Amino acid sequence: MIPVPAFLANPQRFMVFSRWAAPMFGALAVALIAAGLWITFRVPEDYQQHDTVRIMFIHVPAAWLAMFAYLCLGIASLLGLVFRHALADMAAKAAAPLGAAFTVLALATGSLWGKPMWGTWWVWDARLTSVLVLLLLYLGYLALRASIDDETKAGRAAAILALAGLINLPIIHYSVEWWNSLHQGSSTFEADQGDRLPAVYLTPLLIMGLGYMSAFGSLWLVGIRAEVWRRRARVLSLQQAGG
Amino acid sequence: MRALSALFGRELSLAWGRGGGPLLALAFYAAVATLLPLASGREPERLAAIAPGVAWLALALSALLSLERLFERDYEDGALDLLSLGPIPLEAVAAIKCLAQWLATGAPLALAAPVAAIALGAPPAAAPLLFACALIGGLAFAFVGGLGASLALGSRRGGLLIAVIVLPLFAPPVIFGAGALSSLTAGLPWTGGFLLLCAYSTAAVGLSPFAMAAACRNALS
Repeated sequence: MIPVPAFLANPQRFMVFSRWAAPMFGALAVALIAAGLWITFRVPEDYQQHDTVRIMFIHVPAAWLAMFAYLCLGIASLLGLVFRHALADMAAKAAAPLGAAFTVLALATGSLWGKPMWGTWWVWDARLTSVLVLLLLYLGYLALRASIDDETKAGRAAAILALAGLINLPIIHYSVEWWNSLHQGSSTFEADQGDRLPAVYLTPLLIMGLGYMSAFGSLWLVGIRAEVWRRRARVLSLQQAGG
Repeated sequence: MRALSALFGRELSLAWGRGGGPLLALAFYAAVATLLPLASGREPERLAAIAPGVAWLALALSALLSLERLFERDYEDGALDLLSLGPIPLEAVAAIKCLAQWLATGAPLALAAPVAAIALGAPPAAAPLLFACALIGGLAFAFVGGLGASLALGSRRGGLLIAVIVLPLFAPPVIFGAGALSSLTAGLPWTGGFLLLCAYSTAAVGLSPFAMAAACRNALS
């Protein structure tokens, strides 16, 4: 088993760890995002995009996190299916609404950026459509979870769906390379030297990315903790009703 | 082998006979294909441009129609319990169910799709490709749809839930098929989209039986 999940697989240890880790990640997220936003409004204007280039610092990390959250959802689902571990199931349950929120943020900011730059809110090309499908997958996951009463069964059925939807991730990532798209290709890590962002833009983008990542980590831990408490409360109330 | 063919015969007669079978799917397909041009405007030029896409999309919607009863029926009357105890692995049971579903509703719809497309104004030259796309894409619709149907077992709102979880997974075959069709009518090479559609169907047929069996075991546990 992978070392980090193995360490946290013990619920008691997880609760002790997350009690401190969640607020720490939260504080880190606030600091990084505040710093990132401060720099965002001080970077020089782009010579073609002018002020709208600042949307990038909100949009690109949201899109990263939309995919990263689905990856977390997929891994947690796999661990929950294979090891039948309740904590992995709770992790999957908590990751889905966060991922859906980041996907909505990426789609909304992308469309606000598209209007001044491309002259249109939306185009049905590969990158945009596959991210929209990602949102629909999140919504389907949430709907399936919500409509089965038995919690264990709902978790396992939703996990199978999450794994089936995992096929969409590489499609999103490579959509700008496989198909002719209005959306530009990557200009961060995989780009050639000529296409890469200059440091003045890349640095705040990475700060924002780390800030988003910490925010996701913090909210994810809070969500899992809330789920643990909810299940404990349910067991206690069942015991009380029965005894 | 005899058990397999007996099961296939049972599934096929259930899919064909009960609840209207192919007739219901065809009627639904005709109704959707009638409503879409009424909504999008009846000018022949505009209709001709969207005809293959309309015929193709209506196909994906019709494939949803009979999914709800695919596993639910056997789940409710206990047949799925018996099947899971029988000599045939649940993976093969699921694959046979989807195959019968495809033969009973997908194949008749594949015959109807070119007719609808030509009636909407698509060039008759597109008919063979539309038939092939509908036949092969129908396999993907049946198997991916079966996955949705098995996941929704035991849920409170089967039909709507199946549509919500299955339609995003229908997006790639719809894109590939419509891409091949519009390339053909525009005079461009169409084999790329068609081969991608074949690849998606192959993957769906190969992989989804395992997921369906896991979902059925989960619902039965």
